[in-house]
Amino acid sequence: MEWIVCAVMVLFVGGLATLLAGRRVGLACWLGPASALLACGLMFGQSLLVLARGEIVSLRAPWQVPLGSLRLSLDPLSAWFALLIALVGGLSAVYGAQYLRHQPHPQRVARSWFFFNLLLASMLLVVVARNGVFFLVAWETMSLASWFLVMFDSQEARVRRAGWIYLVATHLGAAFLMAMFALLGRESAALDFNALSATGGTASAVFLLALVGFGAKAGLIPLHVWLPEAHPAAPSHVSAVMSGVMIKMGIYGLLRILPMLGPPQAWWGWTLLGLGAVSGILGILYALAQSDLKRALAYSSVENIGIISLGLGVGLLGITCQCPAMAALGLAGSLLHVANHALMKSLLFLGAGAVVHATGTRQIDELGGLLKRMPVTGLAFLVAAVAICGLPPLNGFTGELLIYLAALSGIVASPRSADVSWPLVAILAVGGLALIGGLAAACFTRVFGMVFLGEPRTAPAAHAHEAGRAMRLVLCLLAAGCLAMALLGPWVLDRLVPLVAGLIPHDFHVAAEAALASWRTALVAVAAAALVLMGLVALLVLGRRRLFAGRTIEQAGTWDCGYVAPSPRMQYTGSSFGAPLLAVFRLFIRPRVRLDGPRELFPRRASFESHLPDVFVERLFRPLFQGVAQASASLRWFQQGRIQLYVLYIAVTLLVLLIWKLG
Amino acid sequence: MLFWLDLVLVLLVLTNLRLLGSSRLASCIRTVAAQAVLLGVLPLVAHPHDVSLRVVALCLAGAAMKAGVLPWLLRRAVVSANVRSEVEPLVGFTTSLLLGIVLLGVAIHVAGQLPLPDDAGSPLLMPVALFTTVVGLFVIVSRVKAVMQALGYLAMENGVYAFGLAFAVHEPLLVEMGILLDVFVAVLVMGITIHHISREFEHIDTDRLSSLKD
Amino acid sequence: MAICAALLHVLLALVLAPLLLGIINRTKALVAGRRGQPLLQTYYDLAKLLCKGAVYSRTTTWVFRMGPVVALAGLLLVLPMIPLGGVPAVVAFQGDLLLVAYLLGVARFATVLAALDTGSSFEGMGASREVQFSALAEPALILGLAAMAVQAAQALQAQPLSLTAIYAAIRPETLPQAGPVLLLVAAALAAVFLAENARIPVDDPNTHLELTMIHEVMVLDHGGPDFALIQYTAALKLWVLGTLLVGVLVPVRSGWPLVDLLAGVLGLGILAVFTGLVESTLARLRLVRVPQFLVAASVLSILALFLVLR
Repeated sequence: MEWIVCAVMVLFVGGLATLLAGRRVGLACWLGPASALLACGLMFGQSLLVLARGEIVSLRAPWQVPLGSLRLSLDPLSAWFALLIALVGGLSAVYGAQYLRHQPHPQRVARSWFFFNLLLASMLLVVVARNGVFFLVAWETMSLASWFLVMFDSQEARVRRAGWIYLVATHLGAAFLMAMFALLGRESAALDFNALSATGGTASAVFLLALVGFGAKAGLIPLHVWLPEAHPAAPSHVSAVMSGVMIKMGIYGLLRILPMLGPPQAWWGWTLLGLGAVSGILGILYALAQSDLKRALAYSSVENIGIISLGLGVGLLGITCQCPAMAALGLAGSLLHVANHALMKSLLFLGAGAVVHATGTRQIDELGGLLKRMPVTGLAFLVAAVAICGLPPLNGFTGELLIYLAALSGIVASPRSADVSWPLVAILAVGGLALIGGLAAACFTRVFGMVFLGEPRTAPAAHAHEAGRAMRLVLCLLAAGCLAMALLGPWVLDRLVPLVAGLIPHDFHVAAEAALASWRTALVAVAAAALVLMGLVALLVLGRRRLFAGRTIEQAGTWDCGYVAPSPRMQYTGSSFGAPLLAVFRLFIRPRVRLDGPRELFPRRASFESHLPDVFVERLFRPLFQGVAQASASLRWFQQGRIQLYVLYIAVTLLVLLIWKLG
Repeated sequence: MLFWLDLVLVLLVLTNLRLLGSSRLASCIRTVAAQAVLLGVLPLVAHPHDVSLRVVALCLAGAAMKAGVLPWLLRRAVVSANVRSEVEPLVGFTTSLLLGIVLLGVAIHVAGQLPLPDDAGSPLLMPVALFTTVVGLFVIVSRVKAVMQALGYLAMENGVYAFGLAFAVHEPLLVEMGILLDVFVAVLVMGITIHHISREFEHIDTDRLSSLKD
Repeated sequence: MAICAALLHVLLALVLAPLLLGIINRTKALVAGRRGQPLLQTYYDLAKLLCKGAVYSRTTTWVFRMGPVVALAGLLLVLPMIPLGGVPAVVAFQGDLLLVAYLLGVARFATVLAALDTGSSFEGMGASREVQFSALAEPALILGLAAMAVQAAQALQAQPLSLTAIYAAIRPETLPQAGPVLLLVAAALAAVFLAENARIPVDDPNTHLELTMIHEVMVLDHGGPDFALIQYTAALKLWVLGTLLVGVLVPVRSGWPLVDLLAGVLGLGILAVFTGLVESTLARLRLVRVPQFLVAASVLSILALFLVLR
């Protein structure tokens, strides 16, 4: 535990030191990442130890706060998430060191490093906190630190708007969490986690509050609206941390609270399963429609949180219907996907950052042909794109496979005793995952193809340059991590056994562990298949080279069907690539199209516009907040702007309270 | 025998889905006719031990009525009224199909809650009957053309017939009554249909005339 | 014995897959009243293409050159995981059905990226349609296999989540009970078979005109040995998806793997003839109707699930 405390200390001291560095960008960009890297190293070592040995380290200290106590503990569940914070946080810090060096606003850089360190520290404290008050303090610090990071480019109106939405969303979520802890701790003196519990109706209420509070952080639909605004607005290494690990804190919170609620009820599982399927499908459809590279990635995070939630739902249903294999596989699959997604999404955001850095634009349809100009970034981005589509030989497949197997093993066994609608499980989990997989392939072939392949569509894309050495190093490390996670799948699954055991009822432990041990073969086979696939590709490449030896290989233009003057602008664009698929789903997402078609024999001008507003913003939150604004407008008379009146309000309130308390 | 019963029931579900997904009037009419043929076979495979000459004759008569005469009338109406052969849905075909599968799920769920006679044959009979009825209703609601509404009525009626079959196990008389009811409904439906069709065609005609004016 | 038959199946697939294309083309020619090309024409084409040099567009990168290679590697890895009816797969493990589906996805991913690498708007269009249709075909395939897995579990009283176990559970004596489910799944698989192999009514393998630009137009810029790899991959894909379909439709489980193998290969030949007949008699669907065709396939799979899980 000392290592964790040291890590927090290092982060704070390093952060303060960067603040002192002030306008000296070089110094700040050295102090901040160095301290973050050191702290992440400590964190990484400690969590790896905990995971490898399966033991729990903890710390207790008095804390003079009502209901609070300074209880910290690192059990396998915390260690799993701390490991991800360390990994993604450390690598993003190294990347950021180079990324921020050439910022036009030097005075912001030091501040940004301070908040970056604060974000890492608060996330670490969130996962080790074992007291409600302490947890909430860490949670709020995390939200605020990330808010300051999002507001890095606060001179842009768009960023200020994004920050505002993020601030409102995250505080609404936090309000639900406070209510949740209040409800959980009704009977205990302090809000220590080991004393918290709820049963029956209270448990359901707590579950709902937790779902809204943590779901808002995780970005489950319909609570995702802040995510596509805030993540693109932040600098890329911050987006990587936010999308890679910070939204996973919502998942961590749910997993931490669930065991306190006793045996889960079936409708919790159904809720998570349904929300997961909806988030997955709609998330990836919106991602397919985005013209902004980072926004597309943010929506893809919504999709992946959907997959994780879907796995959790399958796991909970497995518990309620007494199906240990389903429970264990579902939970293990979603935990594995948490880690996988952390790696590949941070890699995608960092790759996108390199693109933005090199070209100055995030518009997919203004890029193109970057693979020739940025070969390393392109390769790393391709690795992440393949991984996030869940395709072998990379890591995205392992987590999704476990969730598939969870659902399938439940359906195949389908115990008649449990009153579960198995076809619905099959359609939502299996069909949902299959559809998400297909749509993800569409989305990421589009993103990669339009940004990195073909010819550059604009001058900035044509003059792009490769990212700096540190940035490239980080990209390669993360790409290697994606491959390693796939090859080490069985080993990682073994480390997940104690985590899963902590999440399911005691009488299931033996059966669940046996199930995980027997399904381990699937991951072994997948790892073997990954190796064989790469071997086959290598063999074929060698064979192809032999075949071409001594033959004439010519260069020419792309075949253009006889058209004489092709220009890069005639390439298929990202919008047209996604449009037919979106048209199929137009019932659920409402693409808005404005066509000013060509008229008359010699048309002068014509225009076509299409964009896809988020249905939940348009139909749910905008009317809701307008309603709130109208309702509060009727209270305007209360606000007169005179100090005497406010003093009167205070006095009257105090008086009323006094009378109420005495009487 | 369960195989044949299940097969007929599955084919019934498929005819319903085809009714939802088809864009041509002619193929919709054919589909409903096929449905009627399947329904004619249904009593024979559902209660193979009770098959008598009378039941066979009644089934044949019913099937001939609904698979032969009614479609012929409808097709003639379509041809003579010179109506365009597209269905013109208010709800798209793909959506209709997806809604169809949702409706099937609901039908299975609801049928699971109903008290069933023990020897209803297949546990699928009830859900399929309900599903057919609901699909008929859905077609009536979601299609513009009057012909499609007639077909919807017919599908609904087919569903009711299948529903009755689950109960009318040992009572050929009930089957007979069902067929009488069929004929009655058929006449009624035709009356309504012809009325609807002629009215709609007048509308279309007047529309065309008025658009010719300018 | 069984493993010998399994290995023999892989070998046969590698050798005979291009023949399926020949059979389809010959059938189409006969129905159209022509004599048609020789049955072995695909082999001649492959041999000719393999002897050629290559011309690459200046726009392309290594992604373009790797596309055919990765696609072929994916298919080669799928082959030993596919059982042919009663003939077991060389490798079988719980969950291999998903690995098979996703390896086909890898092949598609590589082909699509290779198409986008040319920067041609034609190939971009083809790529867009390919990902659209395959995204809709994916649920039909996986849900159909899931329905068959449940069916097999009820027949075997075990947990079969490997393709070999699923297909071994389809026996003549279980047909009376499983028949309707299997027919539904077979219909869904047939739709997936036609769509994924770029056949009529989804795509027309003979043209790369604007109207039918899907698979053929994606590979417009490939030539020489690369195109040979693509042709061969397409043939293997035809074989793989055909195997999944024939395994349902030909329930010959004699207990002698070699007899099963023979029956399966004959079944594939008949499937090729049947595909040729379908291509000769059906018109291609309008592009906007194709999603409906694929959704209908998913609906059939879901219906099978309803039946088997009631």
